[in-house]
Amino acid sequence: MKIDDKLIDYLADLSRLELSDEEKAARAEDLRDILTYMEKLNEVDTEGLPEMTHPFEKVNTFRADEVLNSDNHEKLLENAPEKRGDYFKVPRTVDE
Amino acid sequence: MSVVDIRGLTGFELGKLIREKKISSPEATKVFLAAAKADFEKPTGDPTKINAFVSINEEEALAAAAAVQKKIDAGENLSPLAGVPMAVKDCICTTEGTTTAASKILEGYRSPYDATVTKKLKDAGAVILGKANMDEFAMGGSTETSYYGITRNPWDLSRVPGGSSGGSAAAVAAGFSPYAIGSDTGGSIRQPASFCNLTGVKPTYGSISRYGLLAYGSSLDQIGPLAKDARDCAAILSIISGPDKNDSTSVIDKPFEFEDLIAGKTDRKDLKDLKIGVPENYFDMPGMSDDVRYFVKSAAEAFKMTGATVERFELPMIDYAVPTYLIIACAEASSNLSRYDGVKYGYRSADAENIHDVYYMSRNEGFGTEVKRRIILGSFVLSSGYFDAYYKKALQVRGLIKKTFDEALEKYDVLLAPVCPTPAYEIGGQIKDPLAMYLGDIFTTSVNLTGLPAVAAPCGFGENQLPIGMQLIGRAFSEKTLLTLVKNYQDFAPSPYHKERATAGVEGLEVRA
Repeated sequence: MKIDDKLIDYLADLSRLELSDEEKAARAEDLRDILTYMEKLNEVDTEGLPEMTHPFEKVNTFRADEVLNSDNHEKLLENAPEKRGDYFKVPRTVDE
Repeated sequence: MSVVDIRGLTGFELGKLIREKKISSPEATKVFLAAAKADFEKPTGDPTKINAFVSINEEEALAAAAAVQKKIDAGENLSPLAGVPMAVKDCICTTEGTTTAASKILEGYRSPYDATVTKKLKDAGAVILGKANMDEFAMGGSTETSYYGITRNPWDLSRVPGGSSGGSAAAVAAGFSPYAIGSDTGGSIRQPASFCNLTGVKPTYGSISRYGLLAYGSSLDQIGPLAKDARDCAAILSIISGPDKNDSTSVIDKPFEFEDLIAGKTDRKDLKDLKIGVPENYFDMPGMSDDVRYFVKSAAEAFKMTGATVERFELPMIDYAVPTYLIIACAEASSNLSRYDGVKYGYRSADAENIHDVYYMSRNEGFGTEVKRRIILGSFVLSSGYFDAYYKKALQVRGLIKKTFDEALEKYDVLLAPVCPTPAYEIGGQIKDPLAMYLGDIFTTSVNLTGLPAVAAPCGFGENQLPIGMQLIGRAFSEKTLLTLVKNYQDFAPSPYHKERATAGVEGLEVRA
């Protein structure tokens, strides 16, 4: 499996990480080692087998759609890195 | 009752003293706070600092102890652990103090709500001392990836306490806390319990609510206890288990009922017809320590003496457990950790000039190396082009692993295996080699992949007096059988290893006779 700069840039972007060049090289090396190790799974014949996504078969669990914690507004905002009034504040996201 | 004595007690023993008014909850809480704080206040880098806690909430603990004492004095019967102090792993939300998952990205985060387990513990009269150190976001097996410094093993300060619940384990082993709560995604309760001579439980998937647990691998994560014996684990599990409408994976219909176990009313008759399977091939894995092989096999002999049938057999698929686990855990982590974006809470990069920077720079500066490694791996196995070859493949192999365990557990009531191939290793010994670290989880990850319950318990001391643990794996929701087996072992086996207490670096704590 070839791990080139293009792939690492793509994965860093999917992961929303601004990796330094040094980190990119290190992560490429990790990925090479780990993926080589994971190739072990190719020894197992899984043709046509179902995918197990969850320990117990259980399809949707429903509950009533009720608002139960709207009184936490202030406490939630206390954790915001930046806020203005009752809102989370972020840099401008669209151009003028 | 001297200060030294109560720090060696189990939670149940201390709870009994509190109920009998021989000591008050605030008195007991002060003893543990003093011990925990003395260590906490040592400078970073001090080689005698165990560093079991990320934060200690002294005022809140003392207030909680006073409030619980009032209820006890008024005759309220809260639980066998009412008034007993304890520690909560830092990835479980508490409204007191901070909840950081030992990450820089959540430094200073104050949870606006209690996790369901936290609430249940408080209702049962638990006194929370503080938040236990851990590998960042529970990613690691040595508590060396914490942003808040490594935790040392109280049995040997040059060694790791295991991980990711290493702070929880070290806090109990060092006598800073009578018991602790941890979480287990691939062995994170069982392995530190084993490294620190404790009894720990990874409960059946769906038996403990994860509401308020900072998610890592959601199809694998379970919360559970780390304590000094099986009775404490039973008492803790009966408090924290049960259905919860806030966790859609909570499938249990009522809390575990362990009255007899907690009252100490088990006897050998309970085990007479039990069939225990020992997977012989587990003991031939490369890198397996002779001590682990010897002591786990000795435990099998001890179970024979309790009247159980013990048989050796082959349990296939062991070589595929770690790669399958890694793919699934990292895939789920890359999705779960996307919520840390520098917008609503947690760290935001000071250099962020636009919204792109807020996401990319805050995450890059806020996450540690191991977390980034796993997020990238997760992004890879989920990305189009690689999804089928890795993620889908792993889900299929997961089904096969489940099938081998289901078949084994049709033949046997319980499986007896090692927890880890080796006892606790030196600090720095594996952290630079991720693959070696991941392979340490070879015997524990299958249990998370299958959702089955498992108990880790002390079964000997090897070279350098390092504790060795065994692992008992049972059918779904067979916690009672597993804990009864361990309790019998702890009550009747010739050497009560679980009663041994660590001494290294633990000032003021003498080993109990």
